[in-house]
Amino acid sequence: MVDYLTFVFKSVRGMFSGGVRYRGWLAFLMALMAMGGFAYYRQAVHGLGVSGMGDQVSWGLYIANFTFLVGVAAAAVMMVIPGYLYHNKEVKGGVLLGEMVAIGAIVMCLLFVVADLGRPDRMWHMIPPFGKFNFPVSMLAWDVLVLNGYLLLNLHVPGYLLYKKYKGEEPAKWLYLPFVYISIVWAISIHTVTAFLYTGLAGRPYWNAAILAPRFIASAFCAGPAFIILVLEIIKGWTRFPMGERIIGFLRGVVLIAGLINIFLLISEIFTEFYADSAHVASARYLFFGLHGHNALVPWIWTSISMNVLALLALISRKFESRGVIVRNIPLLMLIVAIWIEKGMGLIFPGFIPTPLGEIVEYMPSANEWMVSLGIWGVGLFIMSILLKHAVDIETGEVKPSAK
Amino acid sequence: MNKKMNFVQDLLPKPKARVKEGEVGRRSFIKLLTALTAGAIAMPEKSEAFSLDEFLQKHFHQMSDEEKQKTMARLEGEYNEKYSREDFSVDDTGPQAGVKYGYALNLSKCIGCRKCTHACVDENNQHRGSEEREDQVEYIRVLEMEKGSLDVEKSVHDYTHEVPAAGKYYMPVQCHHCNDAPCVKACPVEATWQEPDGIVVVDYNWCIGCRYCAAACPYWARKFNWTAPRIPDEEVNPDTHYLGNRPRYKGVMEKCTFCINRVRKGLNPACHDICPTGSRKFGNLLDKESVVRRIIDQKRIFILKEEVGTDPSFYYFFD
Repeated sequence: MVDYLTFVFKSVRGMFSGGVRYRGWLAFLMALMAMGGFAYYRQAVHGLGVSGMGDQVSWGLYIANFTFLVGVAAAAVMMVIPGYLYHNKEVKGGVLLGEMVAIGAIVMCLLFVVADLGRPDRMWHMIPPFGKFNFPVSMLAWDVLVLNGYLLLNLHVPGYLLYKKYKGEEPAKWLYLPFVYISIVWAISIHTVTAFLYTGLAGRPYWNAAILAPRFIASAFCAGPAFIILVLEIIKGWTRFPMGERIIGFLRGVVLIAGLINIFLLISEIFTEFYADSAHVASARYLFFGLHGHNALVPWIWTSISMNVLALLALISRKFESRGVIVRNIPLLMLIVAIWIEKGMGLIFPGFIPTPLGEIVEYMPSANEWMVSLGIWGVGLFIMSILLKHAVDIETGEVKPSAK
Repeated sequence: MNKKMNFVQDLLPKPKARVKEGEVGRRSFIKLLTALTAGAIAMPEKSEAFSLDEFLQKHFHQMSDEEKQKTMARLEGEYNEKYSREDFSVDDTGPQAGVKYGYALNLSKCIGCRKCTHACVDENNQHRGSEEREDQVEYIRVLEMEKGSLDVEKSVHDYTHEVPAAGKYYMPVQCHHCNDAPCVKACPVEATWQEPDGIVVVDYNWCIGCRYCAAACPYWARKFNWTAPRIPDEEVNPDTHYLGNRPRYKGVMEKCTFCINRVRKGLNPACHDICPTGSRKFGNLLDKESVVRRIIDQKRIFILKEEVGTDPSFYYFFD
C-alpha cells in the first residue's frame, strides 16, 4: 500500500515536471480550459440558447465532436490487436501510449455529452437505483454504458502494466490479458453503438442507413491511428522513449487502408442517394450542393473530401514517408481534419436539415460553443499529455522506486 | 438590466438571423473575451435559484400519492410566487378507463389561419420568446402545402399572406401521440412515456435535456427550452396539470399533451375549440359513437409518414 502511494505520488510529480516546452504546453492547455470554463458558465446561467442550436438543428458542435472522439478512442484497439494478440514487441511498446490517448479521448466524449445537456444537474437520474436508466431500450443508455466501461478498461490495463514496470516485476497475465481481449471487442462496440444512436431513427432518413456503422468504424480507424501517429512522432522526437521503428509504418498502413475503405463507403452512399434520387435525398443534396439557396455546408464537405483524397494519394505514393517530421505528417493531419469535418458538418448537422417537416434552417456554432469545445479539447489534451508523460517517465526509468 | 447584461446579450445568437459563416471573426472573439471577463465578475441574477427539493424530486412514477400531493403543493407555491398570483393549481388527474384519445383533422376545411397555434400557446403556458431570441415555443406548426402533393419538403412554414391562398392547402402538424413512439424509446432516463389513454407526456422535473427525443421525432413535435421560459404574469394560465401545461424550466423538453389538463376533465383541447372552420375533431377512439371514431370508420383518412411505423393517434382526412 505504501509502495503504491509512493508510486502515485512520484507519478503525479513526474506528470507536472518537465522541460520549458512541456510546461508551456500544459499552461497553454490550462488557459484553454479556463476559457472553456468561463464559456460553460455562461451557458449554465443562460441556457443552451447561447449556442447556435435551436429546435430545427437541435444537436451541433458538441455532439459532432463527441462522435469524432468516440472514433479516436476506439482506434487505440488498432495497436492492441497486434501488440497483445500477436506479441508483436515493436508495437507493444506503443500500445500503452495508444491507450493513454484513448483515455483522454473518452474523457472528452463524456464532457461533450455533459456540455450538451440542458440539465447537467440531473445527471444522477441515469444512475440506478436512484434514477431510471432506460436500458436496454434507449441507444443513448447503451452509449453511456459502453463509454464508461471502455474508460474503466483503458484505465485498468495501462495502469496495471505501468505499476508493474515501475516495480520491475513481470505483470501477471490473468490480471490484464482477459481485459485486453474484452477491450478489443469493446472498442468496436463503442463506435458501433454510437452509430446506432443515429441509424436507429427512422424519422431521419439521412441517418437511417445501415452503411453508417461500417463507415464510422472505417473513418475512426483512419483518423484515430493518424492522431496516434502524431503523438508517437512527438514522443519519438522529444523523449528517450524506446520506440520500435516499425510502429509508425504499421499505423500508416492502417490509416491508408481504413481511409480507402471510408472513401469506398462514401461513394456507395453518394451513389445510392443520388442515382435513385428519391425524396430522401434532400439532406444529402443540401450537404453536397445546397438546397433552395441554402448552402452553408457545401464548402466544408468538399474541403473534407478533397483533403481525404489528396492525403490518401500522398500515403499511397509513399513519397513523403522518408521526408522531415513536418512534411511526412501533413497527410495525417489532413485526414484528421477531413474526418472531423465529415463527422460534424458532414453527418450531424445535415441530419437535421431540412427538418422532418421540410423546413430549412441553417446552423453554425456560436462563439460560445466554440469556446466550450476548445475548453474540452484542452481538458482532453491535458489528460493525454500528463498520462503520456507518465508512461514515458516509467518506461525510461525516470520514475522508479528509491533504492533501498 | 445592467450594462454587462446587455453586453452579453449582444453576443447571443439570434436564430431568425442566424450567425453566418465568417461572422464569428476575430472582432467578435475579442468582444466576447472582454464580455467574459466582465461577465465573470458580475454574472446576472437571471439563473433560477437552486432548490434542494427540486434537485431531489423523484420521477413521477416513483412518487407515492402522498409525495405527489406534497410536490404539487410545493410547485403551486413556487408558481404563485414566480407569477405573482394566488390561484395556481397543479393536479394529476389520471386517465379514465376505456378511454384512448384520438385526433382527426380535416384538410379540406383547414384554412391555415394558425388560430390553433396561438390558442395552444395561451393554454399551455409556452415560452413567449426571450429578449435575445425570437424563440416562442409553439406545439403546432401549420404547413402551407402545394395542391397535389403530400411532400412536406415542398411546404412553406413562414407564409404571411392572406389565407387561404389559391392552389394551396394547409396541414397543421403537432404531436401525433404515437403508440410506438420513437421519442419514448430514445429517452435515456424514461422522462417521457405514453399514458394509458394514449397521451405522450414529459416529466419536466426528470428530463435531463439531452434532446435525443427531439432528434427521434418524425413530426418535429418536441420543443426545447433553450433559455429560461418567459411568460408575462397576466398571460399565465393557472389551471395546470403536472404532466401538462404547468410552467416549465430552462433546459427541458416539452410538447403537445392534447391539453391533458382539459381533456381529462371532459373538455376538448384548446386547438379544437378555437378552430373557426371545424376542421379539428377529437374524441375517444374506443367509443364507436364518438365523432373521431366515425370519421376513421367512414372517411378517407391517412397517416402522415405512415412509412416510419410509429402508429400515431392522429389522423388526417379529406372530405
